Amino acid sequence: MANKIANRAVMCEVLKEAASTDKSVVVLCSDSRGSASLASFADTYPEQFVEVGIAEQNLVSIAAVLASCGKKAFAVSPASFISTRSYEQCKVDCAYSDTNVKLIGISGGVSYGALGMTHHSAQDIAAMSAIPNMRVYLPSDRFQTRCVFEALLKDNKTAYVRIGRNPVEDVYSEGNVPFTMDKATVLAEGSDILIVACGELVKASKDAAELLKAKGISAGVLDMYCIKPLDSETLLKAAKGVKAVLTVEEHSPFGGLGSMVAQLISANDPKKVISLSLPDEPVITGKSQEVFAHYGMNAEGIANKAQEILG
Amino acid sequence: MRKLGNVKALSATAFDLRRDALDIIMAGGGGHIGGDMSEPEILLTLYERMNVTPETQDSPDRDRFVLSKGHCVETLYAVLSYEGFMNLDEVKAKFSKFGSEYIGHPHNTLPGIEMNSGSLGHGLSVSVGMALAGKMDKKNYRVYTLIGDGELAEGSVWEGAAAGAHYRLDNLCAIIDHNHLQISGNVDDVLSPGDIGGRFAASGWNVITVMNGNDIQQISDALDIAERTKGKPSVIIAETLKGKGSPLMENKAGWHHKLPNQEEYKQIAADIAAYKEAILNG
Ligand SMILES: Cc1ncc(C[n+]2csc(CCOP(=O)(O)OP(=O)(O)O)c2C)c(N)n1
Repeated sequence: MANKIANRAVMCEVLKEAASTDKSVVVLCSDSRGSASLASFADTYPEQFVEVGIAEQNLVSIAAVLASCGKKAFAVSPASFISTRSYEQCKVDCAYSDTNVKLIGISGGVSYGALGMTHHSAQDIAAMSAIPNMRVYLPSDRFQTRCVFEALLKDNKTAYVRIGRNPVEDVYSEGNVPFTMDKATVLAEGSDILIVACGELVKASKDAAELLKAKGISAGVLDMYCIKPLDSETLLKAAKGVKAVLTVEEHSPFGGLGSMVAQLISANDPKKVISLSLPDEPVITGKSQEVFAHYGMNAEGIANKAQEILG
Repeated sequence: MRKLGNVKALSATAFDLRRDALDIIMAGGGGHIGGDMSEPEILLTLYERMNVTPETQDSPDRDRFVLSKGHCVETLYAVLSYEGFMNLDEVKAKFSKFGSEYIGHPHNTLPGIEMNSGSLGHGLSVSVGMALAGKMDKKNYRVYTLIGDGELAEGSVWEGAAAGAHYRLDNLCAIIDHNHLQISGNVDDVLSPGDIGGRFAASGWNVITVMNGNDIQQISDALDIAERTKGKPSVIIAETLKGKGSPLMENKAGWHHKLPNQEEYKQIAADIAAYKEAILNG
């Protein structure tokens, strides 16, 4: 049965659990509590919730100073706005000033579908990764979302997390969530090609490996939810011996997972690295799954691309 | 500005436009219905009076409009269709569909749309630029923008306000759709904009208050005052009702972006029709 629980709902659950015992946990929203599924946090812990109105720059600066006053601040706003409208605040007030702000980009990638490019965040990985002292995470399903948030609650440095809007199919299952913070999760080992994916495209990549297996192609799959710091050790180990690497991401072709993987592989173990991503143009109107299918980023498309690369 | 036509007929038309926006939303499976319903009289009055038609939409002398609260695009599509820029059947057939150019925010590749919007807080700055270009080129066109009251929390709005006053852009008129609601509830509870008129006045703007922003005559009169005011830009603060057209939605924050079910659809359509009847019989 298809999963009905969105990653954002899991975020709310984890933050509520934390807030019940840790009064330093503070959530900030910019008229975004509904879209973030955080209305119940605001209702349950009103004294640990700050509403700043439709003002994303103010959101991030206020969060940074709350953090410097000892709060564990979670600033939650659509990924498109928090990563571009508040970019300078993220750079200066969070990363450069080394404050413990967790920047949560909700409805990331193309989850806003027909609302168009103002609402899509296809450049957030590139933008955020380019900031020194900023970490970047894109969890793949609800189970991993819980792990990432639990880990972030334990550290005191800034980070950017992108999660999507709609429920996504599970990659993991209850009680079976292999997870070590900042370590990529090996979903399959393979000897012909390595598929490295992040976020909502991990499931499709895992399914693609199954399709390839049926055709006699051995594909490894890595869930690289930790884009920065990129887990180079696991990546280089998994890439050893394969003929090519295929990266899959809900992002522009520039400066994202594909660029980073290519940089690492070319320096250490040169071989072909091909990137499957959104195009360098406004994305076609449609729901996430329609958009992915259109650009060959669903399981079939990824499998076809892998086959094409292997020749 | 052009002269206003028959006010009673136009007031009834505003409810036809609500019905069109509702049908566009139903066809596309979603839309910002609440804010769509507070703005029809404002958009209709503007497009009835601005010097721009489908024939003159590329003229350098045309008046310009920017929907800063871009999420309420469905009513804009309805008005642009009514005024002949677009075809309503095509909008309904394509809105939000796969591959469509009729997306959920204004896009400037579509006829009659000047600027892309959807990220709140851009409209005033963009309009300042248009008005400034008009002054540079000694053109007589006027520039209008419609801004949400929740949107006023964006700092960029006030950067635009400062520039508009500094350059004495009397060819610029901003309209605030003061429906008192945003996504999370009442604007004053979420993040109060304070004394909106006072803030604009302090920035150097001429402030005009419209007690009923869903009244075409009142809006039109305010537009006349704005046009007559020289040496500074004008802002019209229009008191409107979010969700206007059906008691089901009126003044209810939950209807900001809610897709009516079939039963609610029928109810809303009937309520809109009743409003229109009342105007025609009034
Ligand atoms: C920069 C930016 N932040 C957040 C949003 C999401 N958003 C869309 S509509 C809306 C509320 C707008 O409220 P208001 O300006 O009062 O408009 P209205 O009530 O007339 O719909 C928000 C927060 C956005 N579109 N742009």
